Amino acid sequence: MKSVLLEARDICQYFGGLKAVEKVNMQIRVGDIFGVIGPNGAGKTTFFNICSGIFKPTSGEIFFRGESINGFAPEKIARLGMARTFQNIQLFKFMTVLENVKIGFHIRTKTGMLSAILRDRQYREDERFANEKGIEVLERVGLMSFKDTLASNLPYGIQRKVEIARALALDPKILLLDEPVAGMNPIETKALSDFIIDLNKSGYTIAVIEHDMKFVMNTCNRILVLNFGQKICEGTPETVRNDKGVNEAYFGKGIIAGGNS
Amino acid sequence: MSYADLILRKTPAWLKFALLGGLFLFLLAFPRIYPKSYAMGVMCRILMYTILAGSLNVINGYSGQFNIGHAGFYCVGAYCEAILATRFGITFWIALPLSGIAAACVGLLVSLPTLRLKGIYLAIVTLGSSEIIRLLFLNGNDFTGGPIGIKNIPSPYIGSFKISKSVHFYYIFLFLAAIFFFLTYRIIKSRVGRAWVSIREDELAAKSLGVETSRYKASNFMYGAFWAGIAGAAFAPYFKFISSDMFTLDEGFNILSMVIIGGQGTLIGPIVGSIIVNFLTEFLRPISQYRLVVYALLIIVMMWIRPQGLVGASNSILASGRIRFRGRKKSAGETK
Repeated sequence: MKSVLLEARDICQYFGGLKAVEKVNMQIRVGDIFGVIGPNGAGKTTFFNICSGIFKPTSGEIFFRGESINGFAPEKIARLGMARTFQNIQLFKFMTVLENVKIGFHIRTKTGMLSAILRDRQYREDERFANEKGIEVLERVGLMSFKDTLASNLPYGIQRKVEIARALALDPKILLLDEPVAGMNPIETKALSDFIIDLNKSGYTIAVIEHDMKFVMNTCNRILVLNFGQKICEGTPETVRNDKGVNEAYFGKGIIAGGNS
Repeated sequence: MSYADLILRKTPAWLKFALLGGLFLFLLAFPRIYPKSYAMGVMCRILMYTILAGSLNVINGYSGQFNIGHAGFYCVGAYCEAILATRFGITFWIALPLSGIAAACVGLLVSLPTLRLKGIYLAIVTLGSSEIIRLLFLNGNDFTGGPIGIKNIPSPYIGSFKISKSVHFYYIFLFLAAIFFFLTYRIIKSRVGRAWVSIREDELAAKSLGVETSRYKASNFMYGAFWAGIAGAAFAPYFKFISSDMFTLDEGFNILSMVIIGGQGTLIGPIVGSIIVNFLTEFLRPISQYRLVVYALLIIVMMWIRPQGLVGASNSILASGRIRFRGRKKSAGETK
């Protein structure tokens, strides 16, 4: 069995009286493409926000690479090797695509103010590194033709890709994608699914929140289902498809017209 | 992209350097071409405010922290130089960097408790701290001269050459401004500058990419305050007399108006703003106190027609309001 990369133990997150996430356990192993699904308001994004350090959980613990990361700031968690994208795209709108990606190299470069002023070897190496690797990442994601376009001028689907490119610049151990195919047509969705599988093959562990069932079932090898903040199922796509609780959450209880039980 | 950006992008690097070099040489020769002492006085003001507006622009324009109390750091620099020179007899050349460092330390003190504040809340804190700093100097009794201020600030010397005329200070301000723009350009075009801009654009995204936003916000504040301190330290021996009422909030707003009129988030913006506002001050002398009304109108009109400032790029975050405005008009037309 492969080693556990990201683990959640009894995670609870309450906002006043609202139990956004309650007692969720999860294990993401190295090499997984881990899907998180659930109806609207199930707490999926909140759960991601806890994992990436934006929220501190009310109770429970998060382990990343065997180490507790409870209460760590997002920038520290990013440094440990976790990168993420956002549901409502959060690009640096008035910077070009390449500049966006260059900020992703922040943790892998070291130039300080003095090096920048003197333009010493550290500065030259870092700039070359950010430029070369930035172009490498853009080529990989297929965004070279948009290199010098302002991020805000791009269509929605491309902006999502820029966010993924920016996250890849961190060279993360795990990549959290929050609804990466929202706003994409079926052809683009298929392309992104292939791209994610490709990334996974080249060694990235990926966790993805998605509403598009076809996308999740075809791409992920393990799936976590949340409903009203609680875990109702975790397992392979097959298990999830046949799970009674999941069907109830999505389609409701009772006799479906025309079917038996 | 505005036309100015397109032209800038298409200009080859050597031409840009030639133009910059030409401008610098012209400024060097300017006192010989036009050696009136009134003109020198105006030029000194313009250059000094270029440094002040430029350093405020590093804070407001690049990292997007809204500081309107820049006069406070300017005040610290001026008083620090004046006290070191008059009470301890320390030479200008040592007092100058020390004043900058003192202002940077005060900048750190102001920025530490405000790291979590944004926008208008941060603006109020900077406003308050600027006034607190001024009042501290006003009530400092003998040490800071109290309400009388500090008189007879000694002129600096280079060897045995006494720097006392406006022309001499013109060169000091010119070199300080040149150093400021050279250093700032290099920092902006580096990893540090990118981190600052990323905070302005989207702080949460910057954090999730591993940018230690608190550290960079503090370093940004310190850098801006440092140069305000330097400008103050050069101002003290130039004017020979300082008192706390020179550093009121009006002064802070004056600097801010230069940044807004010139264009936030660009290096040239504060220079243009400083030139325009200082020339206006000279032209509007006949109408004395009513010129403040003209400034206010100018800022309102600028915010209305060109929120990114005169030379501000259309890709600055400030221009976004304008873009959205246009977009709304268009969509309203489509529904007809």
